[in-house]
Amino acid sequence: MTNKQPSLLKRFLGWMNDDESTLDRELTQRLSTPSEESLRELSPEEFDAREAREEKQREDLYLAEQEQFNRIHNWATHKGVAVLNWVYRGLALLVCSFIILFLLRTAVALPPFGAEDNPYNNEVSQRYIESGIQETGAINFVAGMILDYRAFDTFGESTVLFVAACSVIMLLKLGDHSAEHPSAAMLEAEFDDRHHEPKNDEVLQLAAKVLVPVILLFGFYIVLNGHLSPGGGFSGGAVMGAGLMLYLNAFGFEKTSRFFTYKLSRWISYLALMTYAGLKSYSFFTGANHLASGIPLGIPGAILSSGLILPLNVCVGLIVMCTMYTFYSLFRKGGM
Amino acid sequence: MNLFTVIVLGFLVICAIATSISKNLLVSVVIFMAYSVLMSIVWMFLQSPDLAITEAAVGAGVTSILFFITLKKIHAIRGNEEEDAHDK
Repeated sequence: MTNKQPSLLKRFLGWMNDDESTLDRELTQRLSTPSEESLRELSPEEFDAREAREEKQREDLYLAEQEQFNRIHNWATHKGVAVLNWVYRGLALLVCSFIILFLLRTAVALPPFGAEDNPYNNEVSQRYIESGIQETGAINFVAGMILDYRAFDTFGESTVLFVAACSVIMLLKLGDHSAEHPSAAMLEAEFDDRHHEPKNDEVLQLAAKVLVPVILLFGFYIVLNGHLSPGGGFSGGAVMGAGLMLYLNAFGFEKTSRFFTYKLSRWISYLALMTYAGLKSYSFFTGANHLASGIPLGIPGAILSSGLILPLNVCVGLIVMCTMYTFYSLFRKGGM
Repeated sequence: MNLFTVIVLGFLVICAIATSISKNLLVSVVIFMAYSVLMSIVWMFLQSPDLAITEAAVGAGVTSILFFITLKKIHAIRGNEEEDAHDK
């Protein structure tokens, strides 16, 4: 070997690119140059003897391997499973007890519930309680916090929800169900859904007829009163979505698509998201530059008050309602 | 902590254990629903009605419905299987 071996990284890259010059030179040389013995001329007896010797060697090797394999195989089938089971159980027990101990240790180290000098009793929550109403105009502190003081966090949370909805649609959507030429998977899903759909259940239909308007109205009330009473966009939207699901369950896709189609829900989602992003960008821009936003806060307690919180709540509620309903129909037959 | 709180918290623990050890998946989901309802009552005790409403709507309502559809899709609800066998 006169020239040095190239570095490991170079050889790896060469191997990746099928470059033969960087292969292991020693090995290539040994494989390509014939050994001295094979070069020598052999008499037939010698040749036979060597063949027999090699044959014997191969047989011995084969038998030894077979025996070893049998030993391992027998051990694995008879004892190995049990041993592995014990190891698995022991490890599981160990890990579980470690986690339990760790969590208990953390729980013990927590400050007592509701104590006065707990870390959460600091100037931040004091500020929220003392001047929250003047600064946000919302009587419901929670709405003031999540849609005003900490709106940036809420924006991130909505992004997470949006990404989750996108991945569900990517995984479960089968295509446009209103198209003229549906695919085989869509037809199968359609048949499966028809097959399992409640067959005009009168009890369910009567209950839905009575309950759906009330549920939708209650959801809308929660959304509109988000800045005045407990609730807000997310919970109200979830209630409205549940109402739509009940209607769909009782009356089927055909009747529901008279007033709520995939296209409509998509447009509502787009517009609500864009409105949310626009409003929030405006308030981030003015807030970061210490400008007056010019949005009247109104009288706390009135329905038209608290600045941007009411429209933001409506946007969030509409998005959540559409998302819930879309999730439901996607789970059921991969489209609307 | 009054008696009612103790009872609700006790049922919460029972529901949590029963969800994980019940053999039937449908029963598991129904117990999980009960767990969510109890949890929303606990949120009321902890003075967070916002979370209570969300827990009741999402935890007990929407999540369970999605679980039900999934169980139906994988034919884990026994009534469906019998119906299918009858149809065939």
